Amino acid sequence: MQNNSFMAQWVYTDTVKDHFMNPRNLWKEGEDFQPDGVGEVGSLACGDQMRVGIKVRDGKISDLRWLTYGCASAIASTSMMSELAVGMSLEEAYHLTPQMITSALGGLPEHKFHCSVLGDKALRAAIDDYLEKNGLPNPYKTKVAKIICECKGVTDVQIEELVKEGKALTFEDLSRLTGCSTACGKCRNRIIEALEDFKHIYGKD
Amino acid sequence: MNRFIYLDNNATTQMAAEVESIMRDNESLYGNASSMHAMGRNAGAGVDWARQMCAQLIDADKEEVYFTSGASESNNTVFNIARELIDSGSKRTRIVTSAIEHPSIIETVKYLRSKGYRIDEAEVDSTGMVRLDSIRKLMGDDVLLVSIMTGNNETGTIQPVAEISRLAHECGALMHTDATQAIGKIPVSVKQLGADYLSMSAHKFYGPKGVGVLYVRKSAPVFPFVHGGHQEKGYRAGTYNNLAIVGMGEAARLAAQDVQKEHDYLWSLRERLRKGIVENIPDVIINGNQEHCLPGTLNVSFPSAEGESILLYLDLEGIEVSTGSACATGSLEPSYVLLASGLDVELAHGSIRFSLGRYNTQEDVDYVIEKLPPIIARVRSMSTRKV
Repeated sequence: MQNNSFMAQWVYTDTVKDHFMNPRNLWKEGEDFQPDGVGEVGSLACGDQMRVGIKVRDGKISDLRWLTYGCASAIASTSMMSELAVGMSLEEAYHLTPQMITSALGGLPEHKFHCSVLGDKALRAAIDDYLEKNGLPNPYKTKVAKIICECKGVTDVQIEELVKEGKALTFEDLSRLTGCSTACGKCRNRIIEALEDFKHIYGKD
Repeated sequence: MNRFIYLDNNATTQMAAEVESIMRDNESLYGNASSMHAMGRNAGAGVDWARQMCAQLIDADKEEVYFTSGASESNNTVFNIARELIDSGSKRTRIVTSAIEHPSIIETVKYLRSKGYRIDEAEVDSTGMVRLDSIRKLMGDDVLLVSIMTGNNETGTIQPVAEISRLAHECGALMHTDATQAIGKIPVSVKQLGADYLSMSAHKFYGPKGVGVLYVRKSAPVFPFVHGGHQEKGYRAGTYNNLAIVGMGEAARLAAQDVQKEHDYLWSLRERLRKGIVENIPDVIINGNQEHCLPGTLNVSFPSAEGESILLYLDLEGIEVSTGSACATGSLEPSYVLLASGLDVELAHGSIRFSLGRYNTQEDVDYVIEKLPPIIARVRSMSTRKV
């Protein structure tokens, strides 16, 4: 077989393939890595989960290790995130976006974008953890939209906007407009909580 | 790439050498099988022969065989017939099916429900087998059609279709079975199964793609499903695809002739693979019914390892399989078949389906048993949850 006139490309770009086959900064079993902060996002039920450990020196990410349960693009995107993040200041690292990871990988299929690029969120969680553990103020947290529905990548800012504009007043509205809570459903209570909060803030209740 | 091992025969099969050869030998059979002249008559003879072969394969009369583009069309057609009957005022207005059917039924059910039709799904047990007690509860004199597949494409679980037919007929309902995965692997007789309708696709049993059969028992209702010509007694218009139909005829002839041999060979390979996996990889779960199982299907879950990653590492070694993981489908939900059998979501994400065919060898299986354990170990070593 394989004597066709048609030979397709691999599923993902060569960079993704390279990171999938040779993941960088993987948290190896038994390795002596003492993280200053650890963050974990996603869930096994959603099919993607990431854990990131960071070492911080002089306000910069000096080293990083990660583990990922997920598909090839999840593995590759966490690996790429680790390469981008090491050497960054905490502030830069906090603002690392999924787009930066994706473009460094040479692109990902559209449907892979939301579900598999969670590395940046795990990194933020690790930075939050580091700051909290060391009793340091966290000047970044409030400025960044927080993902509430991880499966569909729906943020608190999105929910806030929809409530503010009066477009969403019930959980069903939000689910219909953003797709939130339509996959694993684990975020349902947090969505309702955020919804109720914003309804109160914007006088929609 | 050194080796290429195709273990995705439930998705589609390679055409048999005999099928390729009959299609090549009849390349000049381009006449319109409905034409009166010699060229047309010859094409008609080929189509007629193929119809006879397909009828024999499923123990039917050739008048009961309708050519379609494949099982998806056949399945859609059966539900359209039911819809037509309901729309024309049938007292029976309910359809009973299951949650583990092929997407061509699952999606048709969703569509019909959105139009207000009443459709119930029978429960399946933890081995992926439709529960007879659940079918029994759902029967009633308002049931028009019961549709349950013969063997499942993901788990390989063979369904108790003959018993379900009996229950359906006891309450006067019609019985359909999608036998696409079973044909050529286990004996399929419409008489033994008690099927009023049956669907199949040639490409699942070493025939060409884009051609299949809808069997309709003589006594069962049928309506024109493609309008515009007198082909298939006016029920399914469109010029015959002579070569594909003749190819399917040859595939049907071979399937009828070889079914026992094929069954035993596939089961021996499957068991070799299953034992090799269980003995060489810790913590694996074999899905589906191990007693009533299509011989070539082996569905395995690897806790703490995600299916798409496993699939793609195998692909890099030249081994072609499929997965129930959401990641491979573009949706966010893993295999609905495995979930319906009560499998944990994580285990559904971590499932791999090996489906063997007649062109696989023991060496192929041994190669998989050599390559798979380090891949699973590797994926697990990267995983957030380690076993």
